Amino acid sequence: MSVITENRPEAIIRIHSLTKKYREAEDYSVNELTLTIPRGEIFGLLGPNGAGKTTLISMLCGLIRPTSGDFTINGWSYRSEGEKIRKNMGVVPQEYALYPSLTAKENLLYFGSMYGMRGRALELKVQEYLEHLGLLKYADKKIETYSGGMKRRVNLIAGILHSPMVLFLDEPTVGVDIQSKNVIIDFLKAYNRQGATLIYTSHHLIEAQEFCTRVAILDHGQVLTEGTPQELIQGVNQARSLEDVFLFMVGKELRDYV
Amino acid sequence: MYKLWASVKKEGLLLLRDAGALIILFVMPLALIITVTLIQQGSFKALSNAKIPVLLIDNDHGNVSGGIRENLENSGSFEIVSEKEGQPLTEKQARDEVFKGRYPMAVIVPENLSADLNQKVKVNVDKILKDVGLGEDSLAAFREVETKEIRLYFDPATQLAFKSAVKNNIDKMVSELEVQSVYALFQEQLSDSVAILSQKSFLHFREIMPVDGSREVIPNATQHNVPAWTLFAIFFIVIPLSINLVKEKGQGTLVRLRTLPMPYSVVIMGKTLTFLVICMIQFYLMVAVGVFLFPFLGLEPMQVGGKLILMSLVALCSGFAAIGFGILLGTVSQTQEQSAPFGATSVVILAAIGGVWVPVFAMPAFMQFVSGLSPMNWGLNAFYDVILRNSDLGTILPRLVLLLVFFVIMVGISILYDEKKRAV
Repeated sequence: MSVITENRPEAIIRIHSLTKKYREAEDYSVNELTLTIPRGEIFGLLGPNGAGKTTLISMLCGLIRPTSGDFTINGWSYRSEGEKIRKNMGVVPQEYALYPSLTAKENLLYFGSMYGMRGRALELKVQEYLEHLGLLKYADKKIETYSGGMKRRVNLIAGILHSPMVLFLDEPTVGVDIQSKNVIIDFLKAYNRQGATLIYTSHHLIEAQEFCTRVAILDHGQVLTEGTPQELIQGVNQARSLEDVFLFMVGKELRDYV
Repeated sequence: MYKLWASVKKEGLLLLRDAGALIILFVMPLALIITVTLIQQGSFKALSNAKIPVLLIDNDHGNVSGGIRENLENSGSFEIVSEKEGQPLTEKQARDEVFKGRYPMAVIVPENLSADLNQKVKVNVDKILKDVGLGEDSLAAFREVETKEIRLYFDPATQLAFKSAVKNNIDKMVSELEVQSVYALFQEQLSDSVAILSQKSFLHFREIMPVDGSREVIPNATQHNVPAWTLFAIFFIVIPLSINLVKEKGQGTLVRLRTLPMPYSVVIMGKTLTFLVICMIQFYLMVAVGVFLFPFLGLEPMQVGGKLILMSLVALCSGFAAIGFGILLGTVSQTQEQSAPFGATSVVILAAIGGVWVPVFAMPAFMQFVSGLSPMNWGLNAFYDVILRNSDLGTILPRLVLLLVFFVIMVGISILYDEKKRAV
């Protein structure tokens, strides 16, 4: 695995006063959020339902437009250099985001070609990743015949085929068996060691504590706290895990929202 | 370009592996065109080969009722039925049979129709002859003749067009019999042995067809049906295309596509090109069925003769219009439950107002105006211009431009809608 890296600022993502208010919503989903994400981290965005995690990631990925504020990725402004950002970022959505009636190989060749990859190089890359994630012998089977864990792994490959320097992961291990989860986590750690920055969201706080190098806890569209998991745990009296910190920060009441 | 090709390849694979879509796209239109043409041809044959059973109750038993019977039989459209189980039918029985839908119509000829008609004519002729000094003063000897009516019963389910055609024919038939009686009586009064009055019709009509070279272009059911139903099939692409787009949302692939380093228009163009190929395959299949299969089914073959390029151009532009509509529908729909029924219904409405079933000239004035706004009407008229009106590219160009503009507007609205959704 190799990741495209450039000699650019240490902070790979700079978010300044980013705000999003949906037209029909009463409250701000993301409210004047300012955050800096250092290069090469596995950065966890944690928060209860409705905290603004998905909205924040959707804005960073270019899926929705901010109401106000600004952000840069690798120094590129989303307003004027969106194309550069998209070329150098990967997205692993929570949905499988694959064509069920196509085989894993067909899916990956298609998404790879959409990133400008082609020919033998693309085929070798697809083969390498499929082998790495234990899927090579099922490469020519349709996705609709795959188990949930297998789909998650193909979904992951589709997001990193082009070796992005920033990878957004929205609950990449949700609903998978423990073996698939370990394979995915190990793979992502290895990918991070190549220099890539991973932005990760999950409700699985034990996994986040083990996986992330830095974490930000969000609520009501703002960052409540940010640091390494260890720093956050030490910062809260009697906290022994990230889960304790989380509950201390956002409270124990239910967060149902529509 | 490579990305576009990859998109087309992906869309092609998705379609090839979707049996339902393939059936909608290829099998259904072929079944439709064959069925509709067979039915229409069958209806035409029924009308022209005396296949429609008609109850005729003859209470007159004279020359007029005989003339009606003869005319109905000779028209080649009707089979006369006057008895049931060997017994002559009464008016009541005939009415019951027709109103229960067992026969499409009944004709009831009243008593003494011939005698009264002859008497009425004689009174009038004698009056005229007397006025010019050739007749005798014998009017007082005749009794007053009451107006007669020939009663018609129709099955309530009978279509208005059929009723209207039959009523007109019978009206014409009775008028001719009346005129013949007048002629015959004049001749009888003026000359006993020499036929001095010609009873041949003076006025005739002849239909002048458009000419293609030295050959008259004679339209038949196939020439109308193939383009009309081909267009219908092309527009049905709206359903699988909109479902395709809705599925992209549902399975999350649209999220991935939107994060790719390429304009969303590449995705749209990939779908457009793929479905355009489908449209053209549909078109050539339909034409092939019209040309090669129809003769084996006893139907008139489709006459293409040197017009295939222009017809292909019309199909291509119609395909663009249909795809534009499908893209818009798929973009604004959130679920397949929204897009599929709406797509199917809207295509049927577009076909109806476009003149696929009812000719536009037969529509009310307002609907004729609405028809002019239907892309299916533009496509259908362009097809008719080429196939039936023997027009050239210059003539159909405005309609083709309209179809392409429609595509651009639909896709433009889709992209704007998509942009707006992302800015919510």
